Parts: sequence; structure tokens; C-alpha cells
Amino acid sequence: MKSFTVSKAVTALMLAGLVLLPLYSQASGNIFILTLFTRIIILALAAASLNLIMGFGGMMSFGHAAYLGIGGYAVGMLAQEGVGSGWIQFPVALAASAIYALVIGALSLRTRGVYFIMITLAFAQMAYYVASGLARYGGDDGLTVYKRSDFSGLINLSNRTQFYYLCLACLLGVIFLIWRIVNSRFGLVVQGLRSNEQRMQAIGFPAKRYQLVCFVISGTMCGLAGALLANNTDFVSPAVMYWTRSGDLMVMVILGGMGTLFGPVMGAVVFLLLEEFLSQITEYWALIMGPLLLLIVLFGRGGIMGMLGRANRG
Amino acid sequence: MAEPLLRVEKLVRRFGGIIATDNVSLEVASGELHAIIGPNGAGKTTLISQLTGHLAPHSGSVSLAGRDITYLPAYRRCALGLARSFQITSLLLDFTAADNVALAAQAHAGTSFRFFANARKEKDLRDAAHAALDRVGLAHRADVLVSKLSHGERRQIELAVALASRPKLLLLDEPMAGLGVTESQGMVKLLQELRKEVSIVLVEHDMPAVFALADRISVLVYGRVIASGDPDSIRANEDVKRAYLGDQHVVTHHG
Repeated sequence: MKSFTVSKAVTALMLAGLVLLPLYSQASGNIFILTLFTRIIILALAAASLNLIMGFGGMMSFGHAAYLGIGGYAVGMLAQEGVGSGWIQFPVALAASAIYALVIGALSLRTRGVYFIMITLAFAQMAYYVASGLARYGGDDGLTVYKRSDFSGLINLSNRTQFYYLCLACLLGVIFLIWRIVNSRFGLVVQGLRSNEQRMQAIGFPAKRYQLVCFVISGTMCGLAGALLANNTDFVSPAVMYWTRSGDLMVMVILGGMGTLFGPVMGAVVFLLLEEFLSQITEYWALIMGPLLLLIVLFGRGGIMGMLGRANRG
Repeated sequence: MAEPLLRVEKLVRRFGGIIATDNVSLEVASGELHAIIGPNGAGKTTLISQLTGHLAPHSGSVSLAGRDITYLPAYRRCALGLARSFQITSLLLDFTAADNVALAAQAHAGTSFRFFANARKEKDLRDAAHAALDRVGLAHRADVLVSKLSHGERRQIELAVALASRPKLLLLDEPMAGLGVTESQGMVKLLQELRKEVSIVLVEHDMPAVFALADRISVLVYGRVIASGDPDSIRANEDVKRAYLGDQHVVTHHG
């Protein structure tokens, strides 16, 4: 870190808070907060993966929740069929997400702009209806995961604290990977394509190839979030793929700050905490939440990270 | 004569009923600076777009160093040594000048499917970028965002980007467009230097610049090449004078 800035300080504080949270939970006996933050971290992981294509790659995917479902169903279906090992479940979840991303990406990336948004949305809704039709795996009602993924006793996913730290480690690992990627040759090309595709083609980069690989990396990362989410809720249903969930993920990214490393995490924390506490106050919480998000997006260009950046300049 | 670096044969491109490129044939020898001039609407940009691969011709062929590139996509032509600058500046505005140029160098230095190492710390790429920036006299602006640079500086970056890919042939689409007098003179001087290293196709409205720089000139009117030759023969050509009726004195008195 070269110099002190407000956004770095806030990020560091947030990370310290996330690392120390289980200690607080144990000391105060507040189990609920640990459960809540496990969910927040998993969705932050999904938002971070979306940010890779949306923020850095300029590809507005409106179907990212599909990977949550694919990762989740991979775990749920294998568990139902008696394959309880996480060493099998997780790789299958990642591979299935990667394959889905490869096919959907290859088709969607033929389009641009609004059409890209609509086609990614359409594919995710197709995945939603396919899952609803899986009678053997619960159909509409979803699928209960009776036993969490088993990692040969190395780590116990049923232990709240251990599971929390596993999710946190996954989140930080993915953010580390994204950090490396966006500064690599590949990352510069993808960001260059976001900035000016015509120019990048003219200096010799075939656009689609790079964008497709980026799309697959992002989808695979989100598949990991899906596998964790199914373990967290002991349940997976078509609802996790519904388009409103894709929208939530987009809001988290935009709220936190597109194209920043920790923005999506911050966005997920703020979004889900707001949702949690406003819904305790009133059942019309969405009426407060909506305008609040609008204000942040309208007046805080660059999301929370953008605002923190400006605070630094005075 | 040996195989020309660029050979365009009977190129035709229509837009509806309008023939924008009408049986254009021309050759650019290695080491030559070949200027393409013509009144507005003559089809210069349409022609350039077919050379760079942004537009497909309806018939005819384009070959680079003996290889047919008529239907190759833009990025493949670039790999074969064809670089271009845009008439309207087209750069990565949210990247620094050095990043813009380094990316062009990166496109020609091995695979870009490298995901882990920091590309901004690759010494070869940075050195190539700084060399190209230095070439156009902008080394001191390397770490400035392009969006913060002046129009004139951006025109120079365009050139640096094209140079960084070490092209065999440079297609310059109105590099002087929008430049002030001093800036234009600077650009002419720069092109005088560059032409020693690389073959250039220059599309330009600035007649004094064209006549000062070109080895050969092709005149495009209504999509057709009406004359092609050295600056003196173009200056003396009656057809060219007629086409440039209003600008006749420009053609005859400068250079």
C-alpha cells in the first residue's frame, strides 16, 4: 500500500471486523449475527465474481444468479444421490458452472449492450424453469441438503465458526485472484475492451476470446458461492436463480463500486444489513430501501468506494 | 519491380446504389510514403476501412507482402504488420498514455492469456512503450491518463500506439486532423523521421503536408483513382486540377 486513504482505512476496518466477528459472536452468545454474516460473505463472493465481468470487463450480465443455483444444485443433487464428499461436490459445482458459462457466454457475447443484458437474463430464467421441472430433485419446492459437504474431517462444515471461516477464506482467495487477474496481461486486455473495443481490435486483440474466458472465470467463481450457499441453508431451490436475485447481485456491485476490488464486498454488507434491519422495523421495508439505494447510486457516483475516494480528497 | 508491400486490386465497395470504392487498384512499395488525397466524399475513409479490415469489399483483393488479406479480420492483419491510426482519435481514455502504448506492444509479444503476473511490471513492454512515446516526443506524459491529455497530444499517442506494434505498414487516417499550425508542423517533422523506418499510407487533407512528405500520390474522386504518380506529375495533371477546381491553387502552389 503506497499511501493512506479513507477507502483503504474503511476496507481494512471492514476486513478486521469480518475476521473477528466469530469471537464477538462467541463472547456475546449472539449466534444469529454469525449466521447472517455467513450469508453476507457468500453473497459478497457472488457479487465479487459478477464485478469481474461487469466492473472490469464491462459485460452487464443480468443472469449471474444462475451460477448460485448451478453450484447449489450440484451439491444438493450429489448429496441426494449419496455422494457426500466435498472433494467431489465442489469440483463438480465449479465445472458445471464453467461449462454453463462457456455455452451461455459463447452465445451471449455475439450481442452487445441491452441485448447482452436481455439474453443473459433469458438464459438464467431458462435455468430457473429447468430447475423447477426437476421432479426428482424437489421441483418448485426445492431440495433439502440433509448432510453438508464432507471434507474427510479436515474441516467440519456443520460447525458454524469453521464454516464461517471457510467462506471468508474463499471470499478472500477469490478477491486475491481477481486482484492478480485485473493487473495481468489478460486483465489489461479485458479492461481495454471495456474502454474501447474498436481500438483493441485495431492493435491486434480478438475481443470475444478474451471476454469469453473472463465470463467463464467469473461464472466458475460464482459457482463456488452457490456450493457454499447450499451448505449454508441446507437447502437449494429454483428461487436462488430467480432474476430478482441476479438484480440483487448487480445492485450490490453498483452500490459498493464497480471495478473496485472490495466494493462488491462493501455493497453486499450494506445491502444485506439494510435489508435485514429495515425488514425488522416494518414489513414495507422495500419502500425505504428502494429510494435509499437510488440516492446512493444517483449522488454517489462510483458507489460507496467512489464516495470514500472523494472523502479522501476533502 | 519486386513484390509491392501493399497491393490493392480492383477493389469495389457499394453502399446501396452508391459506389464508394470503384475499381480501385494501387500499389505501395516497401519504404514508400504513399499519400491518398481527394475531395470530401471521395471515399478515402471507405478505402482505408477496407485496408484495415473494418469493412469488407464486394469484390477485388488486398494483399500485404504477397499474402491475400482481403477477408482477414482486423486483429489478424495487425499481427501481419499492418497498423493504423484513426481519423477520430480512438484511445483507451481511462488508461495512462504508457498503458495505451504498452498494450499495443503486448499484442505483438507473445500470448496475452497470462493471468497472474503483473503486466505493468513487464520490463520489455514498458521499455517498448517508453521508446514509442519518446519517438513522438511524449515520454514526459507517460503516466498521465489519456482523458487528461490535449487533442494534439492524443494525436501523437495514436501514432505511438501504431508504432509500438512494430508495423511493416502504417495506415494514417488524417493524422493532422484538428491540429493547430505549430502542432501540424511538428507532426510533419515527426512523419519525416518515421518514413525512414516504416512504409506509410497517408490519407490527409493538409495539402502542403502531403506534397512535402509523399513519394507518390493517388488521387481519389468519386471512389475512383483518377491519377497516381509522384508529386510533380500530380501537380501538373489536368484531371486533378479539374477535380480540385476550387482548391486548384492549393495543388499548384504549395510543396
